[in-house]
Amino acid sequence: MANIELRGVEKKFGDVFAVKPLDLTIKDGEFIVLLGPSGCGKTTTLRMISGLEAVTDGQILLDGRDVTWLHPSERDIAFVFQFFALYSHMSARDNIAFPLQAAGMARDEVKQRVGQVAALLRIEHILDRKPGALSGGDQQRVALARALVRRPAAFLMDEPLGALDAEFRETMRAEIKKLHLAQHATTVYVTHDQIEAMAMGDRIVIMSAAVVQQVGTPTEVYHNPANLFVARFIGSPGMNLVKAKVEAGGVRLPGGSLAPVSDRWRHALEGSGLKDGSVVLGFRPEAVQVRDGGALRAAVYADDLHGGYTMLHLELADGEIIHGRAARDALNALGSAVRFDLDPDMMRFFNPETEMAIPS
Amino acid sequence: MRYVNSSNVKGRPVSQVNAQRGLSSRQETVPPAGRRQLSDMRIVQLFILPTIILLILMNIFPLIYSLFLSFTNYSVISSDPPVWVGLENYTHILSDPDFWHNFATTGTYALLSVSLQTIVGFALAMLLRSKFTGSGIITTLVLVPMMLSPIVVAVFWRLIFNPSFGILNPILGFTDINTSPEWLGDPALALWAIVIVDVWQWSPFVMLLCLAGLSAIPEYLYEAAAIDRASAWFQFRRITLPQVMPLLLIAVLFRTIEAFKQFDLVQGLTFGGPGDATETVSVELYRLAFQGQFETGLSSALAYIVLVVIIAISNLYIRALNRLREG
Repeated sequence: MANIELRGVEKKFGDVFAVKPLDLTIKDGEFIVLLGPSGCGKTTTLRMISGLEAVTDGQILLDGRDVTWLHPSERDIAFVFQFFALYSHMSARDNIAFPLQAAGMARDEVKQRVGQVAALLRIEHILDRKPGALSGGDQQRVALARALVRRPAAFLMDEPLGALDAEFRETMRAEIKKLHLAQHATTVYVTHDQIEAMAMGDRIVIMSAAVVQQVGTPTEVYHNPANLFVARFIGSPGMNLVKAKVEAGGVRLPGGSLAPVSDRWRHALEGSGLKDGSVVLGFRPEAVQVRDGGALRAAVYADDLHGGYTMLHLELADGEIIHGRAARDALNALGSAVRFDLDPDMMRFFNPETEMAIPS
Repeated sequence: MRYVNSSNVKGRPVSQVNAQRGLSSRQETVPPAGRRQLSDMRIVQLFILPTIILLILMNIFPLIYSLFLSFTNYSVISSDPPVWVGLENYTHILSDPDFWHNFATTGTYALLSVSLQTIVGFALAMLLRSKFTGSGIITTLVLVPMMLSPIVVAVFWRLIFNPSFGILNPILGFTDINTSPEWLGDPALALWAIVIVDVWQWSPFVMLLCLAGLSAIPEYLYEAAAIDRASAWFQFRRITLPQVMPLLLIAVLFRTIEAFKQFDLVQGLTFGGPGDATETVSVELYRLAFQGQFETGLSSALAYIVLVVIIAISNLYIRALNRLREG
């Protein structure tokens, strides 16, 4: 197993950056998720690590060994492709055996290794079928088996669940996570699905427009987003972001309500050099506490029962909609006025000009 | 005919309106009394009929009639009606060593020319597979021999092979006319000469089908193979070759059928000579049927034997092809 280090790795197509210079250290045995909307450079980054794509600058180190200009076959990595990339003319068994046979391994050992990995993924019964006769989930299991069978130093996965049905996805997600825990193999996993990223990653690398926006654990990127992009992108729905003005005693929301702010935040906001006190207030739906006598006013715009809880859509005085979680049995007539408070520990502030989070 | 008039007022003839609306809507818009109606089925039949008549007259009737003639002693130049002789023509052909020599010549020729043009065609396809500057033009130029008439090709190559002024021998380094090979005059070389010309003319066909097969192999298979640490040779053997195999087999099937029918190149280059060194079955067939003897019954029997051989070989290929598909 191995650690992976990227130093100033970049990729340009002509004058356009697909990936701007990027530094990242992936620890041995870590599960890293590259997350971002399509076209953000996450797949390009993964392909550069694999060697399928050449870097235009920077260095890639595997266990301290410079592999920047090595062929994919010399890097000791396995790659799981989004559309499986199985050899369509071979049986599942031959697909899995391919990397071993390519290395010239003895027939008996190939048979034994394929048997082992097939048992691990519970695909022994489909080994004689060709990929075309398999379901999407089974094709992905065969692709995973082909990656696992060689016991590589690291696994690179490019949206491995992207081509699967929603119902399969949950199962396969758990299987991949379990495999990772069992193998303890360094894994770099690309996805555009933030729920998948939160569920699987030890750490998440959020990319947008060829730039890394934030690197952190799922908790970090959820509770302390580094900028407005991350705040919007992570969470379903994303963080509520409301334009506000800093005043003595708190921040004034559009429409006149004043949200009180803790002393710690007041100092931070005063020292952050905001232009005319304009700030973006951010809070997660679960920070909303609807109660009589709350400091903030809104009208109920809609409410969705999600089974375990109710998602309230509240309209502020200026027409902006925010989302708040409420108890499952909360009864709020549409259009009725409600008052709410914000959990002071869960308030975050962003500079509207730089879009960056203001450190507390 | 009010509809037609009103259409014409708008400046569009009714037929054009109908064409734009398609056949089915025409029946709704045109009153049935106004024109003769043809159902779709009737139109289909009318279009197919001429082809069917032509096929029956030119192919199916001769096919069946020649089968009948192959069991008779008929000759087109005699005034005698065909007399039924049973299997006599067939036993005559199959027990005559001269005919067996023709079969052997044809088989050798087919084996040599098909295997050589398969190798050359596949190699050309591998070379022209990747795009480079001028690869389009080169591909087109390589295809030119295929578009020439075999008789023209034969005449060209007779000049090229000519021992006194042909260009091939000097290129190969033979400058002395007395010792340089006589390609078409030497019984040991004549068959090879025909093979060379056929390979020159038809390798592009194999190349074309192989190129189609190669370009259909998805790039990601090679990416996966690179990740799986497969060497170039291993990739060729385990990915490229099996993926191209179905189209390659089709190319080989077509060329094999053509090789067994080889007539025009032989006729144009050697007339079956020297002696009977290049006398393929088709050339012998032509002589039997149309030169001197006009042995229509016997030649029909020979033609049927060739047909059966070709069908048998085609079946082998088609079985191999089906095995590839089913896996």
